[in-house]
Order: sequence, then structure tokens, then C-alpha cells
Amino acid sequence: MNAAAAAERVARESYGRLLASLSARTRDVAAAEDALAEAFAAALRAWPRGDVPDNPEAWLFAAAKRKLIDAARRRRTASDGEAQILLDIEELEALMTARDAPDRRLGLMFACAHPAIEEGVRTPLMLQVVLGFSAERIAAAFLVEPSAMSQRLVRSKKKIRDAGIGFDIPEPAEWRARFGAVLEAIYAAYGVGWSDPLGADPERRGLAEEAVWLARVLVAQVPGEPEPLGLLSLMLHLEARRPARRDRDGRFVPLDEQDVGLWRRDMIGEAETLLRTASKAQRPGRYQLEAAIQSAHATRAWRGVADWDAIVLLYLALSELTGSPVARLNAAAAIARRDGPEAGLAAVEDLAANYGVLRDYQPYWALCAELCARLGRVEAARVAYDEAILRETDAAVIGFLRARRDSL
Amino acid sequence: MQYALLLFETADDFARREDPQRQIAYRAAHAEFLAALKEAGVAAQSVVGGAGLEAPHTATTLRKRGGSRQVVDGPYSDIKEQMGGIYLIEVANLDAALAWAERCPTASTGAVEIRPTRYPPPN
Repeated sequence: MNAAAAAERVARESYGRLLASLSARTRDVAAAEDALAEAFAAALRAWPRGDVPDNPEAWLFAAAKRKLIDAARRRRTASDGEAQILLDIEELEALMTARDAPDRRLGLMFACAHPAIEEGVRTPLMLQVVLGFSAERIAAAFLVEPSAMSQRLVRSKKKIRDAGIGFDIPEPAEWRARFGAVLEAIYAAYGVGWSDPLGADPERRGLAEEAVWLARVLVAQVPGEPEPLGLLSLMLHLEARRPARRDRDGRFVPLDEQDVGLWRRDMIGEAETLLRTASKAQRPGRYQLEAAIQSAHATRAWRGVADWDAIVLLYLALSELTGSPVARLNAAAAIARRDGPEAGLAAVEDLAANYGVLRDYQPYWALCAELCARLGRVEAARVAYDEAILRETDAAVIGFLRARRDSL
Repeated sequence: MQYALLLFETADDFARREDPQRQIAYRAAHAEFLAALKEAGVAAQSVVGGAGLEAPHTATTLRKRGGSRQVVDGPYSDIKEQMGGIYLIEVANLDAALAWAERCPTASTGAVEIRPTRYPPPN
């Protein structure tokens, strides 16, 4: 293995673990990042000359630790502080060389998704500190200016350091509330990756995969917790369908019309196993419900038809749990599939009367359009397709909606 | 780390202090909170504790600009909740400070701002 490949592999496997260990005591994520970046650069210089070390992670930790100490010496802000840093480093070294070196990544994730951190920066922060993504790459994926993203990341790292946000795993009493933010941040990363189904955008490529990786890290650390299992199951179900979401010409293919032969059975199988494990805890939650909905869709791969009874019930349960109008809209779409377009349209109109926000939501109009079309209400369908097209940004989906409208 | 809990109280909180019927409960709640801080050993010892503040109408705000002194009647900012007092505590991290802030009586009526202090006293 060459140096670059070895460094890349270690980076993926170990970046978050190394960063968490280097910053757990001082909470100075930015200083640890700098030290780690220098260590990786040193590795790329040193490894091609000799062999790649047996334990690249330990090599990188030792190198980064030296950089941290050097940086602390250079600052010399307070001699007491420096001594303290050295002490902390020694303690860390003892921890890292112990056989059961603790994996502090979970604590780092909790710090990134702490309620004291601005909500919109939690996912970017997690991508940067756990996975080592650059601010430029994150900015491109989230469609914001690199300088703005960089500033927000710098500010939130300062907040972690100066406000004293600990890397501890919260007490069980706070567990559920805090877990929600971690899961949301991971799922938001997945959402950004999901919106680029072909992987055509180099900045977003792999973001969905990285979100799955983060969920795997989480599940490995809290194996019995049902909601992380639910989230991982949900994302694997969605990933399984990626090859079927666009046709050969890059056109959007709706779920109902996807070729199930293209679905990744191995991923569906793993997703099903995870969901079964989660259900053993008998503590249902949002992500388990969403995974169960995708599981009911996946039955089409075996039985030729999705389990619409289950999908309706699960979306209604999800609506009750989250109060989300989007979940209610999905329930209405499922009712339309199960009971016909008339019942579906009645459910949709009922919803729109109660939740005005849906009128700004593309899928609401797309659903109205499809149901009106099926009921022969051509003019209403045309108007609704136009409204849907106005609210969509994905070119492939716009193409799909236009084609439907023009075939009326 | 040392944190200041900055208590932002509502107009009703300030009124309760003056109301003979309600001031007993108001004072008791804070006394109980302070006792809990002391019992847990987190009330900062090494500085001059903290203080409750008189109501905002007693406030005077001063600015010095270009050598001239400007004094105006009233608190620094005219917001709905006003600073009513400070507690200083010594705890491990923000989560511990938040847990104490949640127990502070003001959290249930106004708001508690949590800030690390800039110059921790030497141990």
C-alpha cells in the first residue's frame, strides 16, 4: 500500500477518533485539527521513504500530539496553562496506548449536536470534525459561500472550547433529547447526499455514504439503542434504491415505477435485520417508523406489491408522533394508493385546509396533480403541475413533472 | 469551570419582590436554590458570591465618550426581561451549568443566560 492510500484509509477510519482523543480534555477542536492536519502532511512525506508503520493511527496520534505540544509552547500564554496541556497530553497518551483506548467519537458527536450549538451548523460541524471534511467541500454541498461556512464552523468550535461544552455522553435522563439532535444531524447529511442521486455533483458525492458511516459509528457505540438502529435501517433502505432512482438517460423515476431488479437486495436485507433488532427494545420512535415505512415499500421486491395497509398506518402513526404536515401528506398519498384517487384527494384537500404551509411544498402540488389527472380533472391537474414545477429545483424532477403535464 | 448565571426577570418577577403576599415565596425559592448550590459545593467560594439586583427602574446607565460623561435614566437595554441578579458557580462543564440553571427559579418565569467567567480565580 502506498503512503497516500494508507493515509486516506487511516483518515477515513480514524480521523474522528484521533480528533476526539486530541481535543477531549482541552475541548480545543481547532487546535487539534491543525495538529492532525500537520501530522497527516508529515505522514505523506515520511511514509513513502520507509514502510508504512504497523499502526498508522498510533503514528499519527504521536505526531499530532507533538504538534499540539509545540503549538502550546509557541503560544506561551500562561505557563500554568502549558503545564496543564502537557499533563493532559500525557494522560491522553496513557489512555491511547491502553488496550481499551476509549472511542470518544460519540462524545464529539454529542458536542457537535449540543443544544448550545446553532442548529444549522451541527451537521457541517459533525462532517468536519468527525470525518475531516474541508469547509470548502461542506459549503459546496450545502450551497453556501465557503467563507460563510468557514466562519460559522470557526465560531462554533470557539463556542465548544470557550463555553465549556463537554465531550461527555449525556446522562440517561437527557439521553433521548440529546440523541435526537445527533440523529437529525446525521440524517441531514444524508439528505444532502440523497438530493444528488447520480453522484454527479463531486461535492455531494459520497455524502450519503458518509452519513451511513456516521450512523454505523453511532450504532457500534450504543448497540442496543433502537433509534440509531432505525436511522441506519432507514438510510440503507433508501440507499438500496439509488440505482433505480434515475433511468439510463438520467430521468427521474418515481418510487412506484422503479425497477425492483435494480434495488440492492443486500442493503435491504441488512436494513431489515437492523429494524428487527431495533424493535426488540420495544421503544418505537420516528426513525424506526420511517424505516418500517421503507420496509413496507421494499416488500414490492418480493411480493410485487408494496404493503399499502401498513404504509397508511405507519404514516398516520408518524404524523401523530411528529405532528409533521409532511407525514400527513404522505399518509394521504398512501390512502390514495390504497383506496383510490377520490379518497386520496379528499384526504389531501382536508389537509390543505388545516396546514396552509403545504401550499408551498412541491410534493403537495405533485400529488394533487396526479390525483386530479386520474380523476379526469384535466384543467385542475395542469394548474397543479405548474405549481409543482415552480417549487422544484432538481432538473430531473422538473423534467418528469413537465412530461406528466404535457401528456394530460 | 466558573460560570455566571445571569438572571433575566420579568416585570412580574420584579413586582413579586415588592408584593407582601408573594415576596415570601419568591425569596424562599432563591434561598432554596442557593442552599442547594452550597450543599453541592458548586457555589463559587473564592469571589464575592453573587447578588440580587433592585428593579430596572432604579437603574442609571453611564457612557463615557470623548471625555464627556453621558448619564441616562434606565437600564442599558430596554428589553422585556431585565437583569435581576447573578449567581456564580463552579462546575465541570456547560451541561452541569445548564442543569443548575434549569433549577434556578428564574428559569421558569424569565430566562437564565449562562456564561463562563473570563478570569477564574486562582486555586
